[in-house]
Amino acid sequence: MSHEYVPEIAIDRDGKKHEVQGWQGDFYGGKLGFWLFMLTEVMMFGAMFLTLTYYFTLHHQDFIDASSHLNRLLGGTNTVVLLFSALTMGLGLLKMRSGDVKGAKLMIWATILLALVFLGIKAVEWREEYTHGVFLGLDALQSGNEHSRPFGQILFYGMYFTMTGLHGFHIIIGIGLMLWLLKRINAGKVSTEHHILHFNIALYWDLVHLIWVFVFPYFYMIGAGNAH
Amino acid sequence: MSKSYLEVGETHCAIGHPKSVFWQWMLTVDHKRIGLMYAAVILTFFAVGVLVALTIRIELFAPGAQILDGDTYNQAFTLHGVIMIFLFIIPGVPAVFGNIVMPLMIGAKDVSFPRLNWFTFWLYIFGAIVALTSLWTGGGFADTGWTFYAPYSLNTNTNVITTLVAAFILGMASILTGLNFLVTIHRLRAPGMDFFKMPLFVWGIYATAWIQLLATPVVGITLILALLEKVFGIGIFDPSKGGDPVLFEHLFWIYSHPAVYLMILPAFGIMSEIIPVFSRREVFGYRTIALSSASIAGIGYLVWGHHLFTSGMSDLAKTIFSFLTFFVAIPTGIKFYDWVATMYKGKIILSTPMLWALGTMITFVIGGLTGVTIAMIGADIHLQDTYYTVAHFHYAMLGGVVFLLFAGLHYWFPLMFGKMYNEKHAKIAFYLNFVGFNILWFPMFIAGYQGMPRRYFDYLPEFQIYHQISFFGALIFITGLIYMFTVLIKGIKNGTPSGANPWHATTLEWHLPSSPPPLENHTKVPYVDFRPYEYHHGEPVVKFDYKTMQRID
Repeated sequence: MSHEYVPEIAIDRDGKKHEVQGWQGDFYGGKLGFWLFMLTEVMMFGAMFLTLTYYFTLHHQDFIDASSHLNRLLGGTNTVVLLFSALTMGLGLLKMRSGDVKGAKLMIWATILLALVFLGIKAVEWREEYTHGVFLGLDALQSGNEHSRPFGQILFYGMYFTMTGLHGFHIIIGIGLMLWLLKRINAGKVSTEHHILHFNIALYWDLVHLIWVFVFPYFYMIGAGNAH
Repeated sequence: MSKSYLEVGETHCAIGHPKSVFWQWMLTVDHKRIGLMYAAVILTFFAVGVLVALTIRIELFAPGAQILDGDTYNQAFTLHGVIMIFLFIIPGVPAVFGNIVMPLMIGAKDVSFPRLNWFTFWLYIFGAIVALTSLWTGGGFADTGWTFYAPYSLNTNTNVITTLVAAFILGMASILTGLNFLVTIHRLRAPGMDFFKMPLFVWGIYATAWIQLLATPVVGITLILALLEKVFGIGIFDPSKGGDPVLFEHLFWIYSHPAVYLMILPAFGIMSEIIPVFSRREVFGYRTIALSSASIAGIGYLVWGHHLFTSGMSDLAKTIFSFLTFFVAIPTGIKFYDWVATMYKGKIILSTPMLWALGTMITFVIGGLTGVTIAMIGADIHLQDTYYTVAHFHYAMLGGVVFLLFAGLHYWFPLMFGKMYNEKHAKIAFYLNFVGFNILWFPMFIAGYQGMPRRYFDYLPEFQIYHQISFFGALIFITGLIYMFTVLIKGIKNGTPSGANPWHATTLEWHLPSSPPPLENHTKVPYVDFRPYEYHHGEPVVKFDYKTMQRID
């Protein structure tokens, strides 16, 4: 759009010239903006981790009991898948910077594939829990009926579905962003010289996997020593 | 002479290059036009909020039911709160003057992300529409109060869900505004302008933007959790499933207390602009005012607990929160002394913006000092949820933020429209507002101290006199508001041309080639090697040649 932007020059009283920073083509500004946006995500998930920690202190044993029933094999696999996708995303950005646009596109496709695998495994997991009667809105997670779980377990599963759900929502958004990025690359709008969009989406993807790195131990591992 | 930004075709658009004037406004990315549209929408919501408040006042004219029943009364004060807080005062000063004036003040052509700015405006409009649809859909508008306290908000049959969604969307808009301003202030300052050469309004916007960015996500996720609680029953805030409703209050106030500083800091920024200009003196203690904004924003994060003194908290936590709350008074006090010291031996000119600023000094001091009294745990146990707190809040918000918003409206009016309103009538409007405001709110301190609880539909006969004085004050106040807006609208229509710098101000937004400013602001970006408020013998020191934007003094 504004690739031909020529910065203005301001002249001070000694006649010295100073380049003016415009909003057009401001790579650093685009980076700063997205870092700030990532900060809001940290605050958002931070508030949920705060809630989680508070209830973990209140209902310690219930949390450990509930956690021991989660599927650590699938959760662990998903962690590995997501870490790999962060790797492919990072490699893609490196390739884009070094001018290998084709390689970068390949890496983005690999990231999308891994993201889909993650969602697939997640779906299997949720389905398994659903068949065991543990899901949002089912009797086990409501109070005052014969299937009701103890308070701490209701809270644990409530937070589990909320946080993994919101995380999954971020993954879906990420896939959408990557498809958009591919479209922009094909249209020649994102290139080695102008790759701020690629940079920011890679940053986003890093945050998504970083959140999972905290979600995984907090939900899956606290009950690991208690598993049957 | 360059064309005004208000003329047909003088705008950049987010999509394409539409010919019609209507679409040129709808799709505009120009920060000045977006700011004007915010002003129009926000002031419309203000008018609606005032009308709802008037309805509440009429209802309270005598004990027992007058024109509303109890449930409708609950919905009315919730509607008043939601409109005034989420639709009016939170976007308020940053969205209007942050957009119109801040880029001009730092010599930028626009904000850092003009398209995002456009998107943000429409996100705000969308949030507002969602909020208003809940008036007519489902079980009617929420009756929880604007704070949505659990567990009542989880059990009521009114349309809390829609209101929560709306508040979340409006929060998103607020975050994106803050983000845009932060990047703008960091990246687009004119060459030579370091942080301590920025006008103080920019400092206010800067501190505010950090609060918008860091505090709003917390309330966003809290509202999402409350929403999931209502839809799926996840139990987080519901005591019948082991959840803790007090946790909701904590999470809510972690945002909503910093939010009051989010409202007041840019308003203080307006005060810091007006006082030096109309005293024709360099501002006293520039650095202390700038840094006090930053420290209010910082300390403001640590005081939310004072809303929970009666909700169940350990005595130690109460003591700490009370102590930290007192601390906020220190940077605020510094600002006030600086402003007074600026005026000392100045050449004070009592134009309308200055009158509003001086009026605010009185009303905000009352609002601020009564805030210190209810920061004391012992006094707060007695005064919590009484009219005393209501009066304190309105003295600080209406008598602080909104009065300064009006001050800014008068101060930057010639900048926005290139015309001047009728000064004489604008002054009369100020006095009406000021007198009406005090008659409206002061009796509530007494009623509250004697035990009149807030949000009550009915009351004991001994409080009647206070409610009736308040009602009388409300009538004067509303007359004043109508008067003021009439004067301003007449000014837009057929005011006399004002020239580019009618107030003899020094900051960059007054050094423009034409009045109103052209599309991309300054002809050329100036090199800033001067402090923002330099006066010598009552005259601005720095002068520019507006063709080259070089200093000629």
